[in-house]
Amino acid sequence: MSVGTLPLLTPGDLSSDREVRWCPGCGDFSILAQLKRVLATLGVPRENFVFVSGAGCASRLPYYLSTYGFQGSCGRAPALATGVKLASPNLDVWVVTGDGDALSVGSNHLIHALRRNVDLKILLFNNEVHGRSRGQASPTTRVGTCTKTSPEGAFETPLRPLSIALAAEASFVARTIDVDVNHLGDVLERAAAHRGAALVEVYQNCKIYNDGAFDYATDASIKAETVIHLEHGRPLLFGKDRNQGLRLNGFEPEVVTLGHGITIDDILIHDEKATEPTLAFLLSRLIGPHFPECLGVFRSVQRPTFQQLLDDSFRQGDPPSSLASLLAGDDSWVVA
Amino acid sequence: MPSKQQRLAKDSAPKAASRVVVDERDDLVVRFAGDAGDGVNLIGERFTASYTAQGNAAFTCFDAPAEIRAPAGTLAGVGAFHVHIGGTQALTQGDSLQILFALNPAALRAHLADLEPGGLLIVNSDAFLPEELEKAGYTTNPLTDGALVKFRAVGVPMNQLNREAIARVKVSPREAERCRNFFILGLALWLCDRPPEPTVKWIRETYARNPGMIEAGTRTLKAGWQCGEACAELSTRFRIRKVHVPAGRYRQVLGIDALALGVLAAAHQAGLPTVFTAFPAPPASDLLHRMCEWKQPNVKVIQAEDDLAALNLALGASFGGAVGVTATTGPGLALQTETLGLAVISELPCVVIAIQRAGPADGMPGKAEQADLWQALHGRNGESPLIVLAPRSSADGFATVREASRLALRYMTPVIVLTDTTLARNAETWRVPLLPDLPPFGVAHGVPPNRGAGSFLPYQRNERLARPWAVPGTPGLEHRTGGLEKEELTGNVSYDPQNHQRMVEQRARKIAGVADELPLLEVNGPPKGNLLVVGWGSTSGAICAAVKRGQEQGLSVASAHLRYLNPLPRNVGEVLRNYRRILVPELNTGQLCSLLRATFLVDAVSLSKVQGQPFLVREIDRKIQELLQ
Repeated sequence: MSVGTLPLLTPGDLSSDREVRWCPGCGDFSILAQLKRVLATLGVPRENFVFVSGAGCASRLPYYLSTYGFQGSCGRAPALATGVKLASPNLDVWVVTGDGDALSVGSNHLIHALRRNVDLKILLFNNEVHGRSRGQASPTTRVGTCTKTSPEGAFETPLRPLSIALAAEASFVARTIDVDVNHLGDVLERAAAHRGAALVEVYQNCKIYNDGAFDYATDASIKAETVIHLEHGRPLLFGKDRNQGLRLNGFEPEVVTLGHGITIDDILIHDEKATEPTLAFLLSRLIGPHFPECLGVFRSVQRPTFQQLLDDSFRQGDPPSSLASLLAGDDSWVVA
Repeated sequence: MPSKQQRLAKDSAPKAASRVVVDERDDLVVRFAGDAGDGVNLIGERFTASYTAQGNAAFTCFDAPAEIRAPAGTLAGVGAFHVHIGGTQALTQGDSLQILFALNPAALRAHLADLEPGGLLIVNSDAFLPEELEKAGYTTNPLTDGALVKFRAVGVPMNQLNREAIARVKVSPREAERCRNFFILGLALWLCDRPPEPTVKWIRETYARNPGMIEAGTRTLKAGWQCGEACAELSTRFRIRKVHVPAGRYRQVLGIDALALGVLAAAHQAGLPTVFTAFPAPPASDLLHRMCEWKQPNVKVIQAEDDLAALNLALGASFGGAVGVTATTGPGLALQTETLGLAVISELPCVVIAIQRAGPADGMPGKAEQADLWQALHGRNGESPLIVLAPRSSADGFATVREASRLALRYMTPVIVLTDTTLARNAETWRVPLLPDLPPFGVAHGVPPNRGAGSFLPYQRNERLARPWAVPGTPGLEHRTGGLEKEELTGNVSYDPQNHQRMVEQRARKIAGVADELPLLEVNGPPKGNLLVVGWGSTSGAICAAVKRGQEQGLSVASAHLRYLNPLPRNVGEVLRNYRRILVPELNTGQLCSLLRATFLVDAVSLSKVQGQPFLVREIDRKIQELLQ
């Protein structure tokens, strides 16, 4: 191995001395492991990583890393992290949040971090339940799911985190799943490489309060039929034999089977770099059982980051006045 | 056909100089009230400058119309510039109004109640037309129906005299209308015996590219002056006694501007980048506007999506090694409660400039109150002490914000600067500081590992009990902090009962210990006596003036002003016990008073006012007399 490719860190270097205290079988373990693996390859010195979080199980993650970490109040992590980035633009700042944290208390801050395109990597662990507070419905809990606060089944319409992110003009939007470690690692690498705000939704199993919520997407016997893996420039095909696909019927997507007059040319082609996020939004709306759900990168476009825009704005207009002249003001007089 | 008053002002022969009486006084209160579009600000500012340029101190405020664009001529559309000119200090708006200029009936109706009996009222008689009277709600003309008998009322046809003065000069109709302000100013300068020459010079400089305006403005200014000379009804001129002020450069500074300059100066003194954030809500939004306007390379200004985000942005910046500063109002401070607790437990520096307004909830935006003291001191969950400072005047906001910043960095703590709408919106004369007056704070981050074997203890305390500021990007100082209780020294999450007890005590001792370096509370007046009047914030001016009155009458009364509200200066208890009675005037229902009673077991008496208006000197004076009977 040449010196040039020698990683600065090993995943082990990124472990803190704290005992990891998630429940046995929690999807968070897998995410933590993949995250450490990816971080170690980025060539970023450990002291330049900052992990910011809020409240909930996901938000404990910074304590398990040996980087800088700041666990704020519930939902506020995007705002806190924006502040860190403003103070020190060269830091590699990550936000770790959950569906309760990011979409109940923190939805406003999340939206604004995304629209500003702050150079943050936001990992949203979506287990569709409030886990840390012991099992209440969250904003993403699906209709019919029984929780402590929805004993007869949740009836409120769930939010779709990626639809919100796209509506908030996010420049990078992706979804992955805790147990598919290769896919998870790939998506984290893509997010890490993005300049600007990146939102990654991770389908994450809560063993205790919402176990099996994503079985449809992990069960080897059915997942080929329930999941589409997004690939830029490739047709949106799925199925064990890759003979099913998505096509547009007017403004509506529909699932079709190749053959009987339907050819590969009828199938939508994924374009993560499209200027308008229309296709990405359409894909973010797909949900079972009538549609397969998409995993992968929905959108990845370049636009100026908050920091760049702030710097540009500062350079426009009149140059700054000196502090001394501001203190003296426009209308001062001397008493001898 | 011109009225009798108009004839008087315009046509009467020059009166003999001997008929003019000079009213020599220590201070003078003047108000120019008109329609929002009339430009009373311009008149007021130039009038004030004619005094301040000679070393007089002035307290000014602009009473903006209630609505942003209210219809002209209506009560809602009235704006007024109010100025209190004093010798070396004019810390209040003044108790009574000696001269009122009312430029239309609505202005008269809105402001007449404030004019002292026998006060001089000058109205623009040209504006008292039937439709204008009706818009102001008058059914009869107050100039002729006897409503003004209590005052020395003089009607001046300002529109006509201005038109005549500039008849031969080529200016646009709009400019001609604007010139009327110089006519009024000329008359005001004559009344107060101020030389017109500096204003003539100002007109020349301001309209350097508009010779027509220079000519017209100068002519009508002189016409205003001549009007004073000629008008037989104007038989008094006012003169303020000469004062001595220390040499230096002076300016009028608006409270908001003093706060903004304080933030910029603190950034300069800290030698660190500053992140200033705010969510727009009046009057904090005015501070945000100023910060956007006065951009500086080391200060980033961000408009946040809400007050919670504002403080989280600032606190995140502080974690990142910058100085986080945010500006908010009382309702915004309520939202920031949560984040202040986080700042307390994580022990990170930040400054919150909280501008109180009348509450609760939205209450009366734009009106003054001091009812957020308890919120600032105690309004958080858990034991969460922090430093609270309050400026005593509009200009003192500058020093207070710098002091807040210095203490935040020195003690790794959030600091609240608690000011109010009165201080923010008023202006006073201020000696401009020079850069050498603003030395570095001497803060440093990036401490080396503070334990053997290269390991780092983020919550190891120094002699002041402050923890190190370990900034991301520094190798060897990686640590995790946040809202959960920390183990002593290591900062690891800990629910250990004894550890929590110790950490609560350490955080409390750290803030209490700040008192060791604070200046002792000083009293104004006898060191022992019958009555001490204690105040904080914007009541300072009225308290000082009332206590001075009492002292002049030989009463055994002193005043003391608290700029540091938490911790209090070390000698407060000792000072309080030197007086038989304690009086605490506050624009709330007795918050500081309760605190002093609870802390020092003294029988302090509250003087409460919650009307959205500052104290008048006589209100405090009356209470002093009552207590000392």
